[in-house]
Amino acid sequence: MTDASGSLLTVENLQGWYGESHVLHGMNLHVREGEVVTLLGRNGAGKTTTILALMGILAKRTGSIRFAGTETIGLAARQIARLGMAIVPEERGIFASLSVEENLMLPPTIKPGGIGVEQIFELFPNLRERLTSQGTKLSGGEQQMLAIARVLRTGSRMILMDEPTEGLAPVIVQQIGRTISRLKEQGFTIVLVEQNFRFAASVADRHYVVEQGRVIDEIANAELERNMDKLHGYLGV
Amino acid sequence: MAPPPAEKVRTMFELLGIPPQALFGQLLLGLINGSFYALLSLGLAVIFGLLNIINFAHGAQYMMGAFVAWMLLNYIGIGYWWALILSPLIVGATGVIIERLMISRLYKLDHLYGLLLTFGLALIIQGLFRDQYGISGLPYQIPSQLAGGQNLGFMFLPNYRGWVVVASLVICLSTWYVIERTRLGAYLRAATENPTLVGAFGVNVPRMITLTYGFGVALAALAGVLAAPIYSVNPNMGADLIIVVFAVVVIGGMGSIMGAIITGFGLGLVEGLTRVFYPEASSVVIFVIMAIVLLVKPAGLFGREA
Repeated sequence: MTDASGSLLTVENLQGWYGESHVLHGMNLHVREGEVVTLLGRNGAGKTTTILALMGILAKRTGSIRFAGTETIGLAARQIARLGMAIVPEERGIFASLSVEENLMLPPTIKPGGIGVEQIFELFPNLRERLTSQGTKLSGGEQQMLAIARVLRTGSRMILMDEPTEGLAPVIVQQIGRTISRLKEQGFTIVLVEQNFRFAASVADRHYVVEQGRVIDEIANAELERNMDKLHGYLGV
Repeated sequence: MAPPPAEKVRTMFELLGIPPQALFGQLLLGLINGSFYALLSLGLAVIFGLLNIINFAHGAQYMMGAFVAWMLLNYIGIGYWWALILSPLIVGATGVIIERLMISRLYKLDHLYGLLLTFGLALIIQGLFRDQYGISGLPYQIPSQLAGGQNLGFMFLPNYRGWVVVASLVICLSTWYVIERTRLGAYLRAATENPTLVGAFGVNVPRMITLTYGFGVALAALAGVLAAPIYSVNPNMGADLIIVVFAVVVIGGMGSIMGAIITGFGLGLVEGLTRVFYPEASSVVIFVIMAIVLLVKPAGLFGREA
């Protein structure tokens, strides 16, 4: 369900804290249904914290987050998940005590319309062959595939991905890029945290540049080439 | 002509200087004790795995299980078989209340606070029962269906003791199966590793934690009901046992389900064998093993290294 402006997700003046440390200083952003939007920025800019705040994992947060027509700023993570938002966390969050199959089947179905297991194996054929392996025995790339695959099953239509290409070989990065493009074709809405803006440019519609816990610029993907110098400045590349 | 096998066995025992009745009798006693060690350490392991709480009230909750069975029988005439179901449910419900009202406030603090709280609770619960029922112990009859025993030739097996061993084996293995082989168990294991992420998948982790504590406490109460006809129902019955059970958990490895089961039964048998071969050491053998394991493999025989 989108709001009056057509956005599935609208964030206004989002403030966030880790304990006493004030990390987010008034984030504003919006994401329309079916869009792929990235959060770009240097290390420590507040990108991951934003994702954690959206998902309800960051305990201390204020401001407004409206998702699918519901104000979620006061909701627990499990309640936000039930609205149809899912996370592919930084460092993948694969459970060592679970097999690949158990990891894959772990998140409960939130809504009908999730991607079936067979279709998941078409997207990520490696997983089918490794079903009985311990989750953390997979390679980094396979673990990333598993982390994405398990949330596709749930029926959640909005996926928050935190640095899905970090530390992966170029061939795996390409595969993840193709997967994100296919998910976009299927109507998924994706918020992507990325350091690798070349990868971001290959999959995203728009980019928000984050610095010191706030959005300092918004660049449409079509205008990225024209704004490359500015972007290099932001990212310190 | 070679002697028959039974003759060979008898000769072997004569060489060892131990009557077979004594050896098997002590092994059975070891197995019975091991059944209780396994049931109690399993409950402790389940609770520690998910809650990170060292539940020192476990012995008191085991005692409560036996007392609730006694009360059900003596106050309202409900017998052993129903008590096997009702007592764990009732004591488990008190566990749920304790978790919600008290333990849940300690999750962000060091393990030590949970240990101190549950230790205090154990003292209070035992004190209340001691005040009400004294310490001389209350009798609880073996159910008529399990009275008597079987002569196995080499030893006499009381039916009730056989039942306790079989029942605790079935309960332990069923619990292991649920935790290691089912979807519910996968949630529990995942929440043990990363409760935040499991919550972000839409799972109600706080409720799961509460029910897990209730289940662990119910296991202790079930052990208490099984124990009631063997030992007298006594406010101190849990306090005497819990120290040994903690040693069992340390040897098996904190949080390891199969470790708790195997170590529980195994150490019961070791204790029984020690009683035959070197009786003076029987009350300390488990603690000696604990000390050795702590020196050689601090995470326990089945525990994962941190």
